[in-house]
Amino acid sequence: MSAIAHVDGHEEDHDHGHHHKETFITKYIFSQDHKMISKQYLITGLIMGIIGIAMSILFRLQLAWPDHKFTVFEVLLGKFGEDGVMDASMYLALVTIHGTIMVFFVLTAGLSGTFSNLLIPLQIGARDMASGFLNMISYWLFFLSSVIMVLSLFAEAGPASAGWTIYPPLSALPQAIGGSGTGMTLWLVSMAIFIASSLLGSLNYVVTVINLRTKGMSMTRMPLTIWAFFVTAIIGIVSFPVLLSAALLLIMDRGFGTSFYLSDIYIAGEVLHNQGGSPVLFEHLFWFLGHPEVYIVLLPALGITSEIIATNARKPIFGYRAMVASILAIAFLSTIVWGHHMFISGMNPFLGSVFTFTTLLIAIPSAVKAFNYITTLWKGNLQLNPAMLFSIGLVSTFITGGLTGIILGDSTLDINVHDTYFVVAHFHLVMGISALYGLFAGVYHWFPKMYGKMMNKNLGYVHFWVTAIGAYGVFFPMHFIGMAGLPRRYYTNSNFPYFDDLADTNVLITVFALITAAAQLVFLYNFIHSIFYGKKAVQNPWKSNTMEWTTPVEHMHGNWPGAIPHVYRWPYDYSKTREDGEYVIPGQDYVSQIIPLQDGEEEMHH
Amino acid sequence: MTVFLTIVVIALIGISLWQMSKILKLSQAKGADNSQVANDKDNNLQGKLMLAFVIFMYLLTIYCFVQYHTFFLPESASEHGIEYDRLMIISMILIFIVQFITQGLLHFFSYKYRGNKNNKALFFADNDKLEFIWTIIPVIVLAGLIIYGLFTWTDIMNIDEEEGNPLIIELYAYQFDWRARYSGEDNVLGKANVRFIEGVNTLGLDASDSYGMDDKIVNELHLPVNRKVIFKMRSQDVLHSAYMPFFRAQMNVVPGMITEFSYTPILTSEEMRNSEFMVEKVATINKIRKEKSKQLIVAGEEALETYEFDYYLLCNKICGTSHYNMQMKIVVESEEDYNTWLKTQQTFKEQLSAQASN
Repeated sequence: MSAIAHVDGHEEDHDHGHHHKETFITKYIFSQDHKMISKQYLITGLIMGIIGIAMSILFRLQLAWPDHKFTVFEVLLGKFGEDGVMDASMYLALVTIHGTIMVFFVLTAGLSGTFSNLLIPLQIGARDMASGFLNMISYWLFFLSSVIMVLSLFAEAGPASAGWTIYPPLSALPQAIGGSGTGMTLWLVSMAIFIASSLLGSLNYVVTVINLRTKGMSMTRMPLTIWAFFVTAIIGIVSFPVLLSAALLLIMDRGFGTSFYLSDIYIAGEVLHNQGGSPVLFEHLFWFLGHPEVYIVLLPALGITSEIIATNARKPIFGYRAMVASILAIAFLSTIVWGHHMFISGMNPFLGSVFTFTTLLIAIPSAVKAFNYITTLWKGNLQLNPAMLFSIGLVSTFITGGLTGIILGDSTLDINVHDTYFVVAHFHLVMGISALYGLFAGVYHWFPKMYGKMMNKNLGYVHFWVTAIGAYGVFFPMHFIGMAGLPRRYYTNSNFPYFDDLADTNVLITVFALITAAAQLVFLYNFIHSIFYGKKAVQNPWKSNTMEWTTPVEHMHGNWPGAIPHVYRWPYDYSKTREDGEYVIPGQDYVSQIIPLQDGEEEMHH
Repeated sequence: MTVFLTIVVIALIGISLWQMSKILKLSQAKGADNSQVANDKDNNLQGKLMLAFVIFMYLLTIYCFVQYHTFFLPESASEHGIEYDRLMIISMILIFIVQFITQGLLHFFSYKYRGNKNNKALFFADNDKLEFIWTIIPVIVLAGLIIYGLFTWTDIMNIDEEEGNPLIIELYAYQFDWRARYSGEDNVLGKANVRFIEGVNTLGLDASDSYGMDDKIVNELHLPVNRKVIFKMRSQDVLHSAYMPFFRAQMNVVPGMITEFSYTPILTSEEMRNSEFMVEKVATINKIRKEKSKQLIVAGEEALETYEFDYYLLCNKICGTSHYNMQMKIVVESEEDYNTWLKTQQTFKEQLSAQASN
């Protein structure tokens, strides 16, 4: 990572040599500069993403060709892949760690960490985060937790394998599955550190947004990206500590003989002493984070998309107030819908009714968002850059995945599709693929800001189209095998003859998955190649209004060379015209936030 | 061989990367426009691709429905399942209408308004009426769905032991199998706890509870048709989930507590087996199995058995290594057949005395 940062930092050296002296270590490793930290988050996130996606390829191979022997299993899985046959417990471990890595390490830290750090100071007009030091600690805790999570893969009895939701008693008892020994301990340690990292980061984002906005940047003039990051940070602060408590109690049950989640268990020929605990308690605690987590992953992606769609449509985002209101509504509702993961957990059915009600309510702000995106495109002048394609793709997968949520959120309908592939298809589309599209859109859009270079657009187009077709190719048919009643987390489906006719579809899905994964190599190549050899970026390549494009291309400490500019308008004055039909600034279809109102121009009362 | 293949694959990846960088260089040298920002040509092509993409999506949807219609579960074999299926169909139709319209608009606008130097975007930031309309429509539609769903949910989950002489059966889950315990003549299950597990008493029945003496423990679930069944579920070790897809029934099995689910089976195994849907489905499956068997025989292995449909219960909550094969057969039959079958099963008391005499 430092090698990559090194090259792009060279330009910094000649241009800003006059800045206070920094050593290699303070500049590239223990940096307190938000731009460097954001790159660190991005690259760590991408590396974790490579691991997570590689795992999914392994288990997709197993699902498509359960009888086939794959050398790659033997090479990568060692004793769990002897003779090229994947061990059943290793399958569960792969599924577990894939979920954990993708949800927390890629889509929480990689997405929110990268872009909150990069954009919050730049878009609100601040020199840096409120506390650069805490920000640095936050990154290094994240790094540490990533290292521990990767190390857990090498645990003797296998990595954690109780599913990413680690429901006890399976996750609490090494007798129940090998991965619940050292593997699970490392998982819990890693996640505890991750939570600390996330909390430090989130507190910093909230404080920065509240306190460090430049003059004129009122809350209603903030770009939607900042609104999304701000609200995401708040949900994180509210819900992550609950996961920490859940994990702590689990650690106690595992190590100190307590019975928070365990009761009446007979396993491996003996009765355990535990009495009076309840796994349902864990489910409540877990999903109290787990559900808001979905929005922690998704809201930043939606924020990024709002910004990119407005910029590239050369139009204001439609219904700015409604967009902010729906972010707030989604955030609030997200904390009171967790029970829809537990309709059939043994929880009181009346609670199920309440959670159905709140869950279907959350569809309303989500629908408003989707409609507003579509209206923003209407009568625009769409500049179809790769970032824009990914943003449109996000709206598409968000709708497709969101709609099936209406089925899963209904307690009645959930009965028969719960824990089937229908659920897998639903959440991969609505939060996995959508958030990944948000991440890609963000990278393509802000790459010039991060590295001072442009990414190659043609490779970007190839990346998008193969990914878009592949993602639907993987997850659309998956709904159908779920409707057939095929449970998720099955090592092989060949033990039920009833599912024999689904085998071809599983092959199809795997083929699409392989193609889609291969397309990500195009992205990686483009990313790395562009860092070194990309075309040098101009200051404002996308002709955008937000403040980050008023800073010099070369990074500098403090972001703006002179005084921080003031803000005079909202960020969406694209294609705004005067009464005579001419643009507000003649010949230019955008007006940066730092440009004062022109003669006779009225500010939008948005 | 595999080493060779690996080398070939690595070489191919190398070549493709090399080629890609060449394309990159060529594309850079060719045009004067090297800004890497979309120009009119890009907008034009990408806009058209957007339109093509939504057509791809429509075709994919149609293909999936045509190709995979046999994947859907057959008509419900339980009473409440009919209501379930109706709600499902309504929701599905609704979803596909919304999906069709919104995806169409999204991609069509992306195509129609693809950028051009000479075009001007419309400054259109707000419209309260429009926003009100598309807030209120989902509110009304969802309210309808919620109310309908909640009525059905309450009906399904309201388990009343007093009403209509239900049959009480315990479903007992452990790594990695199921047992069913019939409550016997008295229709009351004897007390049980894992602490009583010993010898043949694998379900931990309390031997001092007389209600338990006539209980019958079996590993195949038989149900009389048209009689309400109440399942009381217990787990011995970790979380499991009793999933009976043909009956639209599922409930987690939680160690330390008793969970319940209830339904009335309305189609016997025989009726389901002979239904048009199932005959066709089983024929397809057997064709696939025959093909596979041919390969197996060539490889010197045993051929697969011919498949005959039976209802099943499977575990649907990750529970350990053999989670994927934790199943139990369910037989729904006439009242007489059920009674005949039940008579042949040993009571708990008989099991205990058999153990004692050994």
